[in-house]
Amino acid sequence: MTSATTRNTLRVIVLILVASLVIGPLLASFFGGFKSNAELRTNPLGLPDIWNAENYIAIFLDGTFWRYLGNSFLISSMTVLLTLVVGAAAAYVFSQIRFFGSKMILSYLLLGLMFPFAAAILPLFIKVRDLGLLDTYWAVILPQTAFGLSLAILLFKAFFDQLPKELFEAAYVDGCSYLRFFWSFTLPLSTPILATVGVFVFVQSWNNFLLPLVVLNDRSIYTWPLGMMQFQGEYLTQWNMILAFVTLTITPAVIFFLAAQKYIVAGLTGGSVKG
Amino acid sequence: MTTMTRPAVHRRSNADRLRQGLASGKFTAVLILLPPALILFSLFVILPLADAAYYSAFSWNGYGSPSDFVGTQNYARLLDHSVFHTALWNTAKLILVSLIIQMPLALGLALLVYRKTPTNTLFRLVFFLPYILAEVAAGLIWSFVFDGDYGITAFMFQALGQESVYVLADRQWAFPAIMTVIVWKYFGFHMMIYIAALQSVPKDLIEAAKLEGAKPRQVALFVQIPLIKHAIVVSGFFAIIGSLQIFDIIIPMTNGGPSNSTHTIVTYLYTFGLSRLNIGFGSAAAVVLFVLAIGIALFYQRATTKEERV
Repeated sequence: MTSATTRNTLRVIVLILVASLVIGPLLASFFGGFKSNAELRTNPLGLPDIWNAENYIAIFLDGTFWRYLGNSFLISSMTVLLTLVVGAAAAYVFSQIRFFGSKMILSYLLLGLMFPFAAAILPLFIKVRDLGLLDTYWAVILPQTAFGLSLAILLFKAFFDQLPKELFEAAYVDGCSYLRFFWSFTLPLSTPILATVGVFVFVQSWNNFLLPLVVLNDRSIYTWPLGMMQFQGEYLTQWNMILAFVTLTITPAVIFFLAAQKYIVAGLTGGSVKG
Repeated sequence: MTTMTRPAVHRRSNADRLRQGLASGKFTAVLILLPPALILFSLFVILPLADAAYYSAFSWNGYGSPSDFVGTQNYARLLDHSVFHTALWNTAKLILVSLIIQMPLALGLALLVYRKTPTNTLFRLVFFLPYILAEVAAGLIWSFVFDGDYGITAFMFQALGQESVYVLADRQWAFPAIMTVIVWKYFGFHMMIYIAALQSVPKDLIEAAKLEGAKPRQVALFVQIPLIKHAIVVSGFFAIIGSLQIFDIIIPMTNGGPSNSTHTIVTYLYTFGLSRLNIGFGSAAAVVLFVLAIGIALFYQRATTKEERV
């Protein structure tokens, strides 16, 4: 029995050690936002001597901060919406309708699972520019959706395949068309998988950096990761300002994570295990 | 011919006729539901990748249309460029660190917290937290940690009474620092994959092993880990493909410096292709990345399925 308790104590010590290494940098940047630069030099880790919220308030009152978050929110929401609609529609076809060549088209659409996004970034820049979409929300939304489609279709199809066939047959005899069935039965019955994929796509889009970096030059349309790099460029070594900014921008993600952790964990890991 | 098929039509059941009647509805459904996905995917995934291969044969600054055909010169220049060698080697190091340090760490922690208890759930959430943060934010936070004037490393060196080291400006230390952040950022993801798999291992198998007198370490080594092999294979795949594409974290931390020593394939592609508008040259690097990703993926798949068969 004693060996079991010592083992458990050891286990908890290891876990607390790792947890503090994980949390440490995050807490240090939260505290750092309250400190003066002089205090940061002498006390980078610990609690601030005086909780001076000046930096946080300054950023809060700055319109550009909200603009960055708003842009990101808009782009992420549109990407989610488009991925769900377009991906579910295609997956429904592959799941419900047999027609010549459907297997080949499905394999084609699933190719994207293997492709590294970064390899396409230069031609994407050219393509987006030639389409006249540079510095628009679509420049980010459309390629993001396209690259997210493969995984979305894979997960949706697997889910649709498991929906009871009898339901479709009954609706079919009642004269329900394929389109109506998709809209009024398949989609409402699929909310778990829609939520999982939606959350996954949202997080990916919210954190995306490379694509916005390449296709957005106008600061009024910057997403928050771009805005954060811009901010860092302006304040260079004023670490207290930068840390306050970083803390404020990652807070929505942390809150979102705590609120929707069930879906986030399922979406980010469950999807991969099936893949 | 017609006389031969006519009786067949008459013999059709009601259900068959209904199906035929809706065949047109089937057709419109396909025509409405499928094209959006096909068009988006072709336009923004397949075409750009094909374009990359095409552009890589030209010397082109991105304006007008590519006309200065140079054949394989871009590739020759790329393979001659010492910074590209560094980028390849750094990317290989990221893959190795992910496989050799990150995955065993994740597996060990998964074994410690996979049981469903409230404290375990809390630890799991904490460990997974870095994964959902944006790479750029993580990179910025860690560049504070490693800052020679302000950060925690500066503090530690001062506490030891030593001259501070500017970790991210040091050719020797900058890349190990980046690898540390990569492990910090991604181990929770792999841990979650293992936890999901560990929870589906039948409990009676573990109980049986314990009754036979197996110690916890033996249970882990001989029962649990072999049974979650599939999850380990999958997480290894993600570790490799993910490592090949590391970009975001490097930019805020070192931006490829000092003296181009911390580039990865993607930061190289961005810095030498896009920033300088050498679209042809950058595309050659993109093709190398593409071929590496597909090649490694296929090789990995073959190697792991072969092992599973034995």
